Amino acid sequence: MGNVIGIGAAPKRKEDQRFLTGRGNYVSDIKRPGMAAGVFVRSPHGHAVLRGIDKSAALAAPGVIAVLTGEDVKADGLGSLPCGWGISDAKGVPMKEPPFPMLAQGKVRFVGDMVAFVVAETPEQANVGAELLKIDYEVLPSVVGLLEAVRPNAPQLFDDVPNNICCDWELGDKAAVETAFRKAAHVAKLSLVNNRLIGNPMEPRAAIAEYEPGTDRFTLWTTSQFPHVVRFLMGALVLNIPQHKLRVVAPDVGGGFGVKQFHYGEEAVITWAAKRVRRPVKWVASRSEGYVSDRHGRDHVTEAELALDETGKFLAFRVNTLANMGGYLSTFGPNIPTNLYGPLLGGVYTTPAIYCNVKVVFTNTVPVDAYRGAGRPEATFVLERIVDVAASEMGIDRVEIRRRNMIPKEAYPYQTPVLVQYDSGDPMGCLDGALVAADVKNFGIRKAASASKGKFRGLGYSTYVEACGLAPSRFAGRLGARGGLYESATVRVHPTGQVTVMIGTHNHGQGHETTFAQIVSEKLGVAFENVDIVFGDTDRVQFGMGTYGSRSLVVGGAALSKATDKVIAKGKKIASHLLEAAEVDIQFEAGKFSVAGTDRSKTFEEIAGAAYVPHNYPLEVLEPGLEEQAYYDPVNFTYPGGCHIAEVEVDPETGTVTLVNYTAVDDVGTVINPMIVEGQLHGGIVQGVGQALFENAVYDEGSGQLLSGSLMDYCMPRADHLPMMKVETHSTLCTHTPMGVKGCGEVGTIGSPAAVINAVVDALSHLGVTHVDMPATPNRIWRLLQNASLPVAAE
Amino acid sequence: MKPFAYHQPDQIPDAAKLLTSIEDSKLVAGGMTLIPTLKQRLANPPALVDLSKLGSLKGITDGGATITIGAMTPHAVVAASKLVQTKIPGLAALASMIGDPAVRSRGTIGGSVANNDPAADYPAGVLGLGATIITSAREIAADKFFLGLFETALGPGEIITAIRFPVPLKAGYTKFKAPASRYALVGVFVAKFAEGVRVAVTGAGPGVFRVPPMEAALSSNFDPSAIAAIKIDTDGLTSDIHAEADYRAHLVTVMAKRAVDAALS
Repeated sequence: MGNVIGIGAAPKRKEDQRFLTGRGNYVSDIKRPGMAAGVFVRSPHGHAVLRGIDKSAALAAPGVIAVLTGEDVKADGLGSLPCGWGISDAKGVPMKEPPFPMLAQGKVRFVGDMVAFVVAETPEQANVGAELLKIDYEVLPSVVGLLEAVRPNAPQLFDDVPNNICCDWELGDKAAVETAFRKAAHVAKLSLVNNRLIGNPMEPRAAIAEYEPGTDRFTLWTTSQFPHVVRFLMGALVLNIPQHKLRVVAPDVGGGFGVKQFHYGEEAVITWAAKRVRRPVKWVASRSEGYVSDRHGRDHVTEAELALDETGKFLAFRVNTLANMGGYLSTFGPNIPTNLYGPLLGGVYTTPAIYCNVKVVFTNTVPVDAYRGAGRPEATFVLERIVDVAASEMGIDRVEIRRRNMIPKEAYPYQTPVLVQYDSGDPMGCLDGALVAADVKNFGIRKAASASKGKFRGLGYSTYVEACGLAPSRFAGRLGARGGLYESATVRVHPTGQVTVMIGTHNHGQGHETTFAQIVSEKLGVAFENVDIVFGDTDRVQFGMGTYGSRSLVVGGAALSKATDKVIAKGKKIASHLLEAAEVDIQFEAGKFSVAGTDRSKTFEEIAGAAYVPHNYPLEVLEPGLEEQAYYDPVNFTYPGGCHIAEVEVDPETGTVTLVNYTAVDDVGTVINPMIVEGQLHGGIVQGVGQALFENAVYDEGSGQLLSGSLMDYCMPRADHLPMMKVETHSTLCTHTPMGVKGCGEVGTIGSPAAVINAVVDALSHLGVTHVDMPATPNRIWRLLQNASLPVAAE
Repeated sequence: MKPFAYHQPDQIPDAAKLLTSIEDSKLVAGGMTLIPTLKQRLANPPALVDLSKLGSLKGITDGGATITIGAMTPHAVVAASKLVQTKIPGLAALASMIGDPAVRSRGTIGGSVANNDPAADYPAGVLGLGATIITSAREIAADKFFLGLFETALGPGEIITAIRFPVPLKAGYTKFKAPASRYALVGVFVAKFAEGVRVAVTGAGPGVFRVPPMEAALSSNFDPSAIAAIKIDTDGLTSDIHAEADYRAHLVTVMAKRAVDAALS
């Protein structure tokens, strides 16, 4: 018998047994009898009229089974890819929502837009078939930049979307902000770009679809973070397949980061194709294909202004942002730069008035959607950068100006002027902890040591809060969500007392199989090894919303906790019968049901056995079996936060920025498995550092070509780019989640870009440098030094 | 990958014959550039002629005043060679900086030099040391070998069999790695001989090139300070999403100084 391994313990991850021994089961590992291969033909142009496709040569090629195009989609009367959020402008006018056909119809709108699907006996034959398609394009000028796209004479993606503006969205009290600005002693201003990112999960996207004529059922295996949502969106809204006739399986998935939390056209096309060709069909994206089809992230151009009084108190914050949507609206697209951005502009500060305007803009680029952090890193970056700018301009220490404006611990719950109410937090505690952990008091010594080598050293702070645990459905519904955002769990206790959990979240690197098993082990007193977590299969698991937005533990874990409580409650009823005691006298502790004040007890296994062999059982009042299900819809977001401190060294000769120290003190609420939390923070921080220093998706204006379309050109952060990180938690408990958890999946990515860039600016501030756009590449830093207002020389 | 015929000759003349008799056929040495190109379906050669069975192309030999490295010698072998480390430590260092361990285990000196990628490391070492490229047909001086972007003096059916390096008094290589690819954004090889100094630059332009003003300055004073003020003309240098031409020009001077430092250490 194994042991209980509960909340707060750090067992090694259960799932690593199969991952580290090469026994994972990914979509590309799956083979189905008679499986054919599919290849997508994608637009090589950023913007073009699709005049016609001649399939004849492709169809005549050896092994080619079918060639499907947008015309076939139209002929079959299929729907367009749905957007899960409908936002509106200040007057309540809904966003422009042009159709997003699963295969292009009439026009292509980005390099990578899908034009045809070729099915053949082998991938090689499908590739040959794809090369034989004769596609007649009338190439149009592309527009890829935000500032360019909203100009009056810019190329128009859609005839009925003037100036390419999908929605002119706003939040906050504009008049109150204007009044506050008139009274301000100082106004800090900042223009910045939040660079476009490509998620690059380790496993490229892939899908297999199969149709069984005997039962009229479809199965789709897909690299998804939310198989039930794919079943719903694709079945109900695109392909008209009844939900009970469609099974979606997302088996082991090699990383998501948001990239796999959308319903993609590839999924719909391959499912539709499987029925048409009466064969299972498989498609596996290449890395290059992923670059031009995986949804991208970020991509903002922002003007921000912060009004302050003479003591450095923030009076008002005004933000105007252009946000790139790419060529079409993706599943969550318009929600990210609006609802997940504006409400976070208060940060950890008491700023009384905030106004935010976001113009959501179409361009000839890959659709933009959620990428780890999704809106919240962008908000944190704007705020934490302008706080540094204001501090510098007013001659106030950067830590001091943050302290003067921070929400004190005792002021929680705290209502911000931008919708959200923070339930709990202690930003000052995180800041104080980080100052110590980062050894800020000896920074001067380290800076002098760098200077003696001709290097500039800088320190950067980011104190942040984010909204996690997506999401309270009622709140989300008011903001335009077209679905619910609850989560579900079923706890199935077997006759022998082992437990299988079916949960609606999806594990693709987060360690859910371990964390959730710890919760069950702790609550039911069963051995950790006797708990398995099942997810990712709509035939095995009840409806769930999947994994994104740091929601799995917060929302899914809460559902699991509730379902576990129901198991205990039923167990008590069974125990009261078996022990011949009143139900109120039954206590459950450490895996034992006992009668209070006596030595009479039944083990959890005995109760489970009785539930399934109900010879002596209260059948009159209780059904046999021991399996409970719960759905949980949160009452509020959770608000993890913290303080990150980055320390960089800049080589003025080459412009190279080296991250030399990194400290994070985060408030993530209750920690279930500290090892997993630390890993999540490490991974998140690395992705934020990637955005700050390395990653940049670059398009060519005019042609719409992606210039950074490979790992050779798009720089992912690597181990040798990073120092050892110091990661600590300083937790306050969430007041409304069952276990006090807040979530930790995205915090690292949210806190880190601002900390790193603030450190770079600090390192160069003696030269008159006040801002650096991301990524702070060597070329960009060198250029800044060339143009610096003060001469470059090591101090 | 499109289908192709595959040949694995065990004699150099057989390899040369296959190469000339099959139009558009390609040699494969380590395959570090060719195989990815085939996988991306960007090249469609009817046949590959694999040089891996030609044992005579492997190995490093000590010629006293020279070192000769067989064309099929992998980078890792050059990097780990006691002979190279002792006689031309700058060349061993260069080999140790190429790609990653997997690339260094498979990639070969002959393949790299024949491919003449504008950002590859070996061309800087070969040109900087004034090496001689020995082929199945003749010997070619490095100064006459590299003809620009992926272009070399190799004729049809001509196969590099070895490269002969003169042993310098001192030599050093430094590169500024392109952040994503880790190819040389700018790499500079500096070699000091009794008769003078050679400076070769890779990564900065469409092909490897020498920098005569630096060579002259270093020939009279082999010290980083001698070239600190020498600026490279940006004309003809590469400008792309990773680095603008003037930044590359600036890096040539910085990397050249550091290469001299490396040679002196």
